[in-house]
Amino acid sequence: MHRKSVDVWVGLFVLLGLAALLFLALKAGNMSTLSFGKTYLITAKFDNIGGLKPQAPLKSAGVVVGRVGDIKFDDKTFQALVTLELEAGYKFPKDSSLKILTAGLLGEQYIGIEAGGDTNNLVNGDRIARTQSATVLEDLINQFIYSKAAEGNKEESK
Amino acid sequence: MIVIDWIAAIGRYLREGIASVGFATRFFFNLLAVTPGAMRRPGLISEQTHFIGNYSLVIIIVSGLFVGMVLGLQGYITLTPYGAEQKLGQVVALSLVRELGPVVTALLFAGRAGTSLTAQIGLMKAGEQLSAMEMMAINPVQRVLAPRFWAGVIAMPVLATIFSAVGVLGGYLVGVKLIGVDEGAFWSQMQANVDVQADVMNGVIKSFVFGIAVTFTALFQGYHAQPTPEDVSRATTRTVVIASLMVWGLDFVMTAIMFNK
Repeated sequence: MHRKSVDVWVGLFVLLGLAALLFLALKAGNMSTLSFGKTYLITAKFDNIGGLKPQAPLKSAGVVVGRVGDIKFDDKTFQALVTLELEAGYKFPKDSSLKILTAGLLGEQYIGIEAGGDTNNLVNGDRIARTQSATVLEDLINQFIYSKAAEGNKEESK
Repeated sequence: MIVIDWIAAIGRYLREGIASVGFATRFFFNLLAVTPGAMRRPGLISEQTHFIGNYSLVIIIVSGLFVGMVLGLQGYITLTPYGAEQKLGQVVALSLVRELGPVVTALLFAGRAGTSLTAQIGLMKAGEQLSAMEMMAINPVQRVLAPRFWAGVIAMPVLATIFSAVGVLGGYLVGVKLIGVDEGAFWSQMQANVDVQADVMNGVIKSFVFGIAVTFTALFQGYHAQPTPEDVSRATTRTVVIASLMVWGLDFVMTAIMFNK
């Protein structure tokens, strides 16, 4: 009898641990946002992906419709080759375009997909030709400084 | 002459150090070798898990709750100047799951369960109970040490996971209920940035390794203590010191390997 009650308590102890793990995975972790549904693969080339990482979301109109698969470097065109996993339920026209965007000022980068007007939809293995690179903050600052400097020169030459 | 004595002392320390490492390694493999025999009596492991795990629950839950609450407070104070208090959930969850959960649990575990294991084994040895077992052709390593070892290895990840989960709840209580961080942002920031594979699972792996290190240290110190009251008490102290140092060292190495991206 004693042995059995000990076993019951140990069983409860282990179950409590599993419940805690489940809580961490579902409530604190990203288990509930991971999609295990069917996906189809689309590739795209970007001149500059900035800080884009694998598993970053692919959003259309702000809704997550897929994830970034893997990111490789293509040494023929010197571009980044990005594989995207789109959820099978969502169809996009063949001439859709991709943009690398940033959530907030310093947030994570994600890819936005904008639907085109083609009547045919993208299928597994297609490549999206129209892409826009990530905005690099340093470039923006550089442009700003150059334009300011140019203005200053104009005023001096007057 | 003094110089030669001094050099000899260095040599002796080195020799003793290597010998004790070898001793510990042999003891470890001995423990693993008798494991199949110990597994044939799961009742013993269950009994020890009850003693090591269930009785440590209260201190683990209370500590986890308070660590989580303090993280909530401090995180809020640090994040507010940047207007980033929405990130509180992420800060609390990541620090708990990656570091504080496994490490603090391992330190508490060394103090709560490790010491009692060392004292128990040391006293059994001092009372010649282990020798008596050998007389009866019972292998004390298999009958006494292996069940305790596996109980510790099982209990430690369970305790660390509970610690992290309770800590997240503590951070939630202080951050959302007391200070008033937005509840939706708290959880969604957490879910967006805590990865099940990279963070939660690596934390569990860490606590598993700590479980092996702490329990093994406790058993080794108890089993190899001199059978005198003084040395059993010294062995108990050594358990806490060595186990804690091992936890810090292992934690640094594992963090460097797991989170170096």
